[in-house]
Amino acid sequence: MNHLFEYVLRLGDDSLILGHRLSEWCGHGPVLEEDIAMTNIALDLVGQANSLLEYAANVEGKGKTADDLAFLRIDKEYRNLILVEQPNVDFGHTMMRQFLFDAYRKILFEKLLESGDEQIAAIAAKSLKETKYHLKHSSEWVIRLGDGTEESHRRIQNALDTLWRYTEELFYSDEVDESLRASGVLPDLSSLKQEWTNYVHAVLNEATLEIKEETWYFQNGRQGYHSEHLGYILAELQFMQRAYPGMEW
Amino acid sequence: MVEAKKIWQYLEEVYDPEVPVLTVVDLGIVQSVDIDGERVEVKITPSYSGCPAMKRMEEDIIEKLNEKGINDVHVELVLSPAWTTDWISEKGKEKLKAYGIAPPQDEPDKSVLFAEPIVVPCPKCGSKDTKLISQFGSTACKAHYQCNECLEPFDYFKCLK
Repeated sequence: MNHLFEYVLRLGDDSLILGHRLSEWCGHGPVLEEDIAMTNIALDLVGQANSLLEYAANVEGKGKTADDLAFLRIDKEYRNLILVEQPNVDFGHTMMRQFLFDAYRKILFEKLLESGDEQIAAIAAKSLKETKYHLKHSSEWVIRLGDGTEESHRRIQNALDTLWRYTEELFYSDEVDESLRASGVLPDLSSLKQEWTNYVHAVLNEATLEIKEETWYFQNGRQGYHSEHLGYILAELQFMQRAYPGMEW
Repeated sequence: MVEAKKIWQYLEEVYDPEVPVLTVVDLGIVQSVDIDGERVEVKITPSYSGCPAMKRMEEDIIEKLNEKGINDVHVELVLSPAWTTDWISEKGKEKLKAYGIAPPQDEPDKSVLFAEPIVVPCPKCGSKDTKLISQFGSTACKAHYQCNECLEPFDYFKCLK
């Protein structure tokens, strides 16, 4: 297994799948400003996916492009977190998913600035600037909705209850991470979980939301085992390239 | 052999398709110009990861230099160092304002939630009594503001650091 390829693919697929999910809000936002905000964030994520998948394709060295990786793999070849493929449900649910992810991404990118791999460090530096805006946006919405009306509180508490079981996977680590850590590509990520927990708890606390710990956490996305939702995403994401191979516009 | 200075001058004729008063030089996305015999290499860096104008600017640079009789042109996209709004030239900031887009101001740390938004003077009437509508505007690089004085909505080229 090419560990560097595998790692970059994981980062790239998180951006791609969440970017696609958010783009589903285009034309459906609760207010125009949020419609534009969510599609802007989707654009940043798809842009990051492009940089990451292009690099992954280079590392793989099989002559593929970012587009080949984005559009021509089957579900079991995707390495994204199960969290990011979860459906939008409602605005609160979407903001909660985004918040849990953004907090992780921001801390991770801060750490990846120290990556021994120049390209990973460069993509992290670029993406971090955008991610700070995303996290501020999603954090403020979690607080507004949690500490808002009875209805908004009920809905976003529901979202937290549904999504919490996917959060342990954010800190999933296997031989890919270990070998890249040993070779200096990855910096020390051991404090990632603690830093994430501190931030997330502080915001949820302000939002008057409660975490209900689970007995079971899903964490097989990195190995290609996904929820049923990914297949539906891919059906839409890949349709054009599958139906009209190589088409451009 | 063409001089680098000349190439930089030509690049002053290539405009950002989304903010058509700014050239690629004003915007600060041109990192370097390297000349090796007949070969000209221009390195540019994206403003935002997903900025859809990058591809277009890449093509426009090649087209402009071809037009000037330089045929062996290569544009390379580099990510590091990452672009910041600090690289927009002073001339660029003036042009933005004249075009109706408020130029970037120094902003507080984004980790402070619900921080008081910074004062962005209205590019139309100059009033400092304006309000932030949304951090996300018509393109990835802009926020959306409104002037409380003349009531005009306007774009603000938000700080990226």
